[in-house]
Amino acid sequence: MPFTSSKLDPSAALHRHPILAGDPWTGDLTRGQILRIVDVEGNQAADTLFYDSHDPANRYSASDTIRHQAALYLGTGTQLISTGGDVLLTLIADTCGRHDTLGGACSRESNTTRYAVEKEYMHACRDSFLCAVHTWRPDLGKRDITCNINFFMNVPVTSDGQLTFADGVSAPGCYVELRAERDVTCVISNCPQLNNPCNAYNPTPIEVIIWDS
Amino acid sequence: MPDLEINSTPDVPLFTKTLSHSGMWSGRISRGKTLRLTDLEGGANVGLLLYHADVPSERYNLPDTLKTQHTFHLRHPYCLHSDMGRVLASITTDTVGWHDTVCGCSDAKLVAAKYGIKTYQTARNEFHRNGRDCFLLELAKWGLGQRDLVPNVNVFSKVIADEAGRLTFVREHSQPGSRVDLRFELDTIVVLNTCQHPLDPDSKYHPRHVRLEVFRTTPPASDDACRRSCPENERAFTNTENYHALRS
Repeated sequence: MPFTSSKLDPSAALHRHPILAGDPWTGDLTRGQILRIVDVEGNQAADTLFYDSHDPANRYSASDTIRHQAALYLGTGTQLISTGGDVLLTLIADTCGRHDTLGGACSRESNTTRYAVEKEYMHACRDSFLCAVHTWRPDLGKRDITCNINFFMNVPVTSDGQLTFADGVSAPGCYVELRAERDVTCVISNCPQLNNPCNAYNPTPIEVIIWDS
Repeated sequence: MPDLEINSTPDVPLFTKTLSHSGMWSGRISRGKTLRLTDLEGGANVGLLLYHADVPSERYNLPDTLKTQHTFHLRHPYCLHSDMGRVLASITTDTVGWHDTVCGCSDAKLVAAKYGIKTYQTARNEFHRNGRDCFLLELAKWGLGQRDLVPNVNVFSKVIADEAGRLTFVREHSQPGSRVDLRFELDTIVVLNTCQHPLDPDSKYHPRHVRLEVFRTTPPASDDACRRSCPENERAFTNTENYHALRS
């Protein structure tokens, strides 16, 4: 995917918010607003979900997004498609070059199968997602958490059908920028995973910056 | 090449149904039974979603299934994992060797653009259906809906990715008579339809006939090929058995 930088000035932003490793974040974007997610120290995975703010059942869909562009990885120009077939956001700038939407989010339960039964106690993205969606709307829960985007994460697929979690291609200060094509709510879990190289085994903060249209 | 294992199943199925015309079906299949899908004509696609019958918010999970087994495609002896670290179903027999699970399903817009519009008014039961609407129709019968739509399996279809992640549908992948057996490890609500794969370049609308059969099968032994296929699956089987131990 091409590298595309942005001319937007963070000092003119509407909102800036650091998200510490392992923390959830929820934010609303009105149509036309721009969200930048910054990988502050590099090699961090930002597990991200998007919902139509007025209809949470119309949410980001990994398979509709993949089908729509007939390609696996997300980059500049990717349109994020919902379960209802709508364009939620468009990826308009990217200084990282590759983002994943196959790897999903870690959970305490999947940690037991992927690594060891003893890893169950470790903090995981699904718990952060559950806190975030419930804080946003108490009527939402696990049912509303679907396959997410992993910004800055590298999950290469080979032509013979293998899938691996590789060391990140991101670096300190890399960012991705998305324009909201309708009113959307963003839910992020800044991934706490310590058992694979998605965070270089050292989860670090990210920052979200929002500009008005 | 994948290993192929033909399980010995009883000759007489508990249930048989042949789907035609973008056919759709849903049913609750209990632990220990096996669903056999047979592509009667070649070139079939079966869009498949699975939900734990006890708590349907536990459902087939694409990322956990792929990353647990370090694969981009499905085949014997892989398993279909839920989002709770458990196995919903195991692929015990597979004469195809590659099934897609990343491309999702067609929707009304895609079908209209690819095949044209054919309404019931003009075409009666030859009218054009799409995968998304078929899933929603069957999900509704179990009290489920759009909140429960997640990436599905596309049984019998092969899609490969190049280095840049661009996807190509492989034509003539599934032959007439191809079959896949899914042995259920949890009581499962199965929701499926035979709409064509969304990336199938064929401009002709012709969903293939697919036969469904359900057999009663023996539970997985300690040396079961699916259980033993990787340490991750062994742990997922243990999690599944722990669930049953507490429940029964």
